[in-house]
Amino acid sequence: MIQVRNLVKTFGTFSAVNDVSFDVAEGEIFAFLGPNGAGKTTTIKMLTTLLKPSSGQIQLDGLDPQTHQNQARQRFGIVFQDPSLDGDLTAWENMEIHGVLYHVPHKQRHQRSEELLKLFELWDRRKEQVKKFSGGMKRRLEIARGFLHTPKILFLDEPTLGLDPQSRNQLWTHVKRVNESERVTVFLTTHYMDEADRVAHRIGVIDHGKLVATGTPKEIKEQTGTETLEDAFLKLTGSSIRDESANSADQMRQFAKMWSGGRR
Amino acid sequence: MSAIYILWLRELKRYTRSRAQIVASLGQPMLYLLVLGFGLNPVFKRAGYGSYFQFIAPGVIGMSVLFSSVFSGLGLLWDRQFGFLKETLVAPVPRIQIMIGRTLGGCTVAVIQGLLVLAICLVSGFRPTTFLSIPVAIGFMVLIALLFAAVGVIFGSSLQDMQGFQLIMNFLVLPIYFLSGAMFPLTNQGKVLAFVTALDPLSYGIDGMRSVLLASSAFRPAFGPTLDLAVLAIVGSILLMVGAYRFSKIEI
Repeated sequence: MIQVRNLVKTFGTFSAVNDVSFDVAEGEIFAFLGPNGAGKTTTIKMLTTLLKPSSGQIQLDGLDPQTHQNQARQRFGIVFQDPSLDGDLTAWENMEIHGVLYHVPHKQRHQRSEELLKLFELWDRRKEQVKKFSGGMKRRLEIARGFLHTPKILFLDEPTLGLDPQSRNQLWTHVKRVNESERVTVFLTTHYMDEADRVAHRIGVIDHGKLVATGTPKEIKEQTGTETLEDAFLKLTGSSIRDESANSADQMRQFAKMWSGGRR
Repeated sequence: MSAIYILWLRELKRYTRSRAQIVASLGQPMLYLLVLGFGLNPVFKRAGYGSYFQFIAPGVIGMSVLFSSVFSGLGLLWDRQFGFLKETLVAPVPRIQIMIGRTLGGCTVAVIQGLLVLAICLVSGFRPTTFLSIPVAIGFMVLIALLFAAVGVIFGSSLQDMQGFQLIMNFLVLPIYFLSGAMFPLTNQGKVLAFVTALDPLSYGIDGMRSVLLASSAFRPAFGPTLDLAVLAIVGSILLMVGAYRFSKIEI
């Protein structure tokens, strides 16, 4: 379903992604792991048409996202690292906008919105403005929205960041359920190794822009001779701390948080 | 088309939901209209220009259309910050449709705002020469709103964060307002001021509204409605194209 060959992305002299190749099969849950600044988000951005690769090939369901941008976009759903909902609109309206933007026919849109909101336990709150939702509810709504246009692939970029264990647990249960019932391929990144171990069928570990290991969680643990995925991860990527410099978007988010007094 | 419609609808919903903001945004025009309008009325009359209240009313309407259309364009910054912009930009919809939907929405909101101020003007004693001129004045409001929504989009696409907001307010929006002749007649001005005010697109919008609303009164238009219309249409189209181009270049 996803095919990546010799993918490279350089910013000036810095290679964020350096000669990465991997495949994700249809219906698979693939976890892409790596320390901060390893190239995870850059890879997701290239897969989702937001960044142009410096070189290498990508195929999503047989389509090159660069040359067939809109067809490729129709085929995947994405949940970003940070929220992308309109807080002034209700949950239902956020679903509606998404459905219209992804050309889902009227009847199907309503039917599917209802199904998904019920599945993600948001149906009772559908008429409430999203800014009144908790972090976990917002995340669930975003994932429900990502499934609305029946994508073949769902990208989840650190979807559980900042959620409590209950919400995380519940969120993965839902994702797994839709993965099984609709055969959606899921490509996710996370910093929680236990989640990856539990949810993912296969794992890829990236560090300094290079893919250092791929395989099932079991295989990776065996390769490194470790007990847990966390130990395997530390063995593969070392234990030094990576500092990512804050970009302007992060700074602005900080500013917004101060400004709105944590309302959002 | 449906993408344009849903994004237009979104702008409208956001506007009607922020009732407190609507009331707050009417405060400033009311101060100008009621305090300056009645306060300077006697002086203005003695100078032979007729009623200042009548004179300033179209200027205040233009001001509220200007403010709300520029801010709607700058709403891009807001959407970038809270992430909704990304949701629209990765959708399988051409960017130009997204830009059109947002801009038309912002423009509609600005015209509604202008109509609210017009209603306040009428209630507090503003009388156009004929009520038939009101639809034409609304046409001018639409042109002003489109032009400045485009200005908002241009700056909203180029700025990265809210820090630039104050800068735009103080060095762009307020000068445009003060130099537009919203508060003083543009006829019989010195050369420098006459030149600068002629460069301000809002001057033509307000001159156009006054020309139709205050026809055959003591008011003498500076440019005349035909020139006003031509300038607004041409400059507006150019700015909309620049806005569409800037919008197509946004990176997330």
